[in-house]
Amino acid sequence: MAITDERLEEVLVTYPDNVKKNRKKHLLIKNSAEACQQIEANTRTIPGIISQRGCCFAGCKGVVIGPIKDMIHIVHGPVGCAYYSWGTRRNKARADETTPPENVYLPLCFTTDMQESDIVFGGEKKLAKMIDEVVEIFHPRAISICATCPVGLIGDDINAVARAAQERHGIQVLAFNCEGYKGVSQSAGHHIANNGLMVNAVGKGTVRKSGKYVINILGEYNIGGDGWEIERILKECGYTINCILPGDGSILNIRNLHLADLNLVQCHRSINYIAGMMEARYGMPWLKVNFIGVSACARSLREVAQCFGDESLIQRTEEVIARETARVMPVIEHYRKICQGKTAFVFVGGSRSHHYQYLLRDLGMETVVAGYEFAHRDDYEGREVLPTIKADADSKNIPDLHFEPDDEFYQEGHVYLNMPKEKYDELRKRIPLGYYEGMIKSMEDGQLIIDDVNHHEFEEIVRMLKPDIVFTGVRDKYISHKMGVPSRQLHSYDYTGPYAGFNGAMIFAREVANAVTTPAWRLVTAPWEAQKE
Amino acid sequence: MLECIPTRKVEHTAGKINPAKACQPLGAMYAALGIHGCLPHSHGSQGCCAYHRMALTRHFRDPIMASSSSFTEGASVFGGAANLKASIKNVFKIYNPEIMAVHTTCLSETIGDDVPTIIKQSEVPEGKIVIHANTPSYVGSHVTGFSNMCKAMVSYLAESDGRAKKERVNILPGFVNPGDMREIKRLVRELGVEMTVFPDTSNVVDAPLTGRYEMYPEGGATVAEIRDSGNSKLTLALGAWSSEAAGALLQEKCGVPCVPLKIPIGLKATDEFIMALKDGFGVPVPRSLTIERGQVVDTLIDTHFHYQGKKVAVVGDPDLVIPLTEFLLTMGMVPAYVMTGTPGQRFESEIQQMLDEAGIKDGVAKAEGDLFELHKWVKDNPVDLLIGNTHCKYIARAEDVPLVRFGFPIFDRAVHYLMPVVGYRGCLRLIEQISNALLERRDRDCKDEDYELIL
Repeated sequence: MAITDERLEEVLVTYPDNVKKNRKKHLLIKNSAEACQQIEANTRTIPGIISQRGCCFAGCKGVVIGPIKDMIHIVHGPVGCAYYSWGTRRNKARADETTPPENVYLPLCFTTDMQESDIVFGGEKKLAKMIDEVVEIFHPRAISICATCPVGLIGDDINAVARAAQERHGIQVLAFNCEGYKGVSQSAGHHIANNGLMVNAVGKGTVRKSGKYVINILGEYNIGGDGWEIERILKECGYTINCILPGDGSILNIRNLHLADLNLVQCHRSINYIAGMMEARYGMPWLKVNFIGVSACARSLREVAQCFGDESLIQRTEEVIARETARVMPVIEHYRKICQGKTAFVFVGGSRSHHYQYLLRDLGMETVVAGYEFAHRDDYEGREVLPTIKADADSKNIPDLHFEPDDEFYQEGHVYLNMPKEKYDELRKRIPLGYYEGMIKSMEDGQLIIDDVNHHEFEEIVRMLKPDIVFTGVRDKYISHKMGVPSRQLHSYDYTGPYAGFNGAMIFAREVANAVTTPAWRLVTAPWEAQKE
Repeated sequence: MLECIPTRKVEHTAGKINPAKACQPLGAMYAALGIHGCLPHSHGSQGCCAYHRMALTRHFRDPIMASSSSFTEGASVFGGAANLKASIKNVFKIYNPEIMAVHTTCLSETIGDDVPTIIKQSEVPEGKIVIHANTPSYVGSHVTGFSNMCKAMVSYLAESDGRAKKERVNILPGFVNPGDMREIKRLVRELGVEMTVFPDTSNVVDAPLTGRYEMYPEGGATVAEIRDSGNSKLTLALGAWSSEAAGALLQEKCGVPCVPLKIPIGLKATDEFIMALKDGFGVPVPRSLTIERGQVVDTLIDTHFHYQGKKVAVVGDPDLVIPLTEFLLTMGMVPAYVMTGTPGQRFESEIQQMLDEAGIKDGVAKAEGDLFELHKWVKDNPVDLLIGNTHCKYIARAEDVPLVRFGFPIFDRAVHYLMPVVGYRGCLRLIEQISNALLERRDRDCKDEDYELIL
């Protein structure tokens, strides 16, 4: 049964009037007859509403900075924030040729564990002391400091502590003012993290990796090893991976981010800032990619190859696509027989809800409802709406950095890609160079888009539309189960994965098929209960 | 893995590396879920609420519902009164709980929001209740947060009607799993004593799957029951850190005598729990419990050679670790390192006294410790077994020591929260887990010629 305006009204009817007025703007039924459908996004969560959103700290430390493996990440604050962001996002990392195992700190958690007296008298001394001890014990290459709510309130100057420690120890100490109350969601923290890395790390290195086509992958978190699978495929096509940011990333490689030919952007929301700032400062072009799903992956590979316009690269890419597709399609076909025609809800993150629709399509499934937790309008409507988004008080609190072209490294985009300007301009029209189309365009008429979905809407719409499976985070997963609807976590992949690339597509297909066919679903009603009815 | 952990002596005094505690609001949220029809509410920015729900959901694999005041920078500057008032209005209109249990966060505490006054100024629908607890994360741990919310239940709800006390026991079960709460209730029922258990998260965070989602599952102590707890004859407060404060307040407020006890983990602590009920209500202990107890003694005799004399490191919440250490000593094991992340000198003195009485020299008891320090101890002086939460799995792997998962949180093993570690049945489960962890290790490590059918 499809969703209609009338049925949406039934969902919203419970709300107090002001809540209803607010939430209505965050729900949209796709209708291609309307020229530019607008959705409200990146605005405050209504107090008391059970939302999926996290905070600025979660976006900065939890998402972007935390996965950098060769830095020690000190959370300055009481114990909780560090504790909850400790190892909970599955950003896999390992030692490699430039990072020895003794410089991989990801399984560890560092917190100044502020006590009441630190709140009263200030925590700067404790932070400085902890940095000294940590340097003495671990000899890290660099340290990050992330601020939590009370730090900003009591006025601890973490930037000054970082500067002094940097001088004392001769290693980089980066401070991030990512107090949880900033902005309206995790999104503010992504922005702060992007700014900090851009100002303090990117451009500081001098090592360009050898290889004809050197690329960065931005906004890939290596959940379940996604980044490694993407890296495997790209290497086979002939690319050199300069750095994945931040999944399995190192500060060493991040400093060399500018010494590449092209940025690939996987998660648009969390990393578009760096891509944009690098374009302004270095002229380096960026390409929006999606490696989730067999067809999407093939398309992205073809588009990356086109960027360099090298026939042998294009040919090798086709060979890899052909070989990999032939290898995985029999498996996908096997599971498609189970999944075909089933409907799904996808409620996650700031890009996944879009990306996974392609993989679901590969399995013959339809995404009837999709939404993001912390996206902005451009993630829904495409980057063309950027000039029309007005900054409100909450977003004005996050600095928007503007870079001038770098004297030494700036080159025009077409120079990076070694092609004439006309050809580059023509290419930009064909593929998403410096552009993201947003989620709405790829959805079908009648499908529902929800921004910042909350528990009430989730529950009502699941009950109303009865999807065959729900893809969401851990907090909604078990609600879905109680309603008799299978669910898979798309933040953590329920601890399987990878889901990206060709290998990932097979694993995803198996997991989805298992989720909908688990024999226990047929046992939900006890036999004596069934008799009653 | 963990090649970064140094082998040399290191000084580490400021802050925590690999903390062995979480923060107060987490415990407050969990306690609030033990009231029937309650929606916990986090007064602060929404990240806290998201994190606490995430941690609890991962441990219990069940929906954990809670709302947030969703502070932005404006609320942080001007105070959170408007956000809390709006929250109260929206929560009752949209989610319709019987009761809302507000806990504070670092943010609302630091800016000094006066929560009780804000609640008084709010529109609370007729017949509905809002209670609150102060739970800044810069004090105590998740255990003290649990305690503060239990105390709030007493201070807001419990009443005495001034008449003769009812032949009924109040049990404050402490920060334990729903499986433990269910087992505690079973023991009390076996003794035939009427009871009120609060908080009670059984049938809330382990609700059945029926195909119909209930935002407020059937479990939990009702507001009426908690209210009437002031008319009970006796309170057993299990666990000094999580329950004593609420028990003491109930005694002060309503004149219900409170007996502080350990959480009944292990033979002795369970015996004390049974005796407290027997003495308090003059009931005979039924044969069924004597049989259960005898089975534990029988098992201890039958299996002692699996674990006796083995060196063990234990870390977890103080109310769980103290009775567990007592039981490990009963088993003849050697608790070499006993740690909690929660502050409180009493922990160290109680554990040290137990170790001294058992004649264990060089045993270390530490409160406010962290897992990095524990790791260093184990690295420098290896143990045969680790007992602790999921975070200990990294030490276990790095130092190749078997791990028995115990306490909170356990993110990586199935069914644990349904299975009690309290009572005599809990003793059997602990013996089973400890014995089998050591036997698995023996099977794994031995030479072919020593690989034996029967152990």
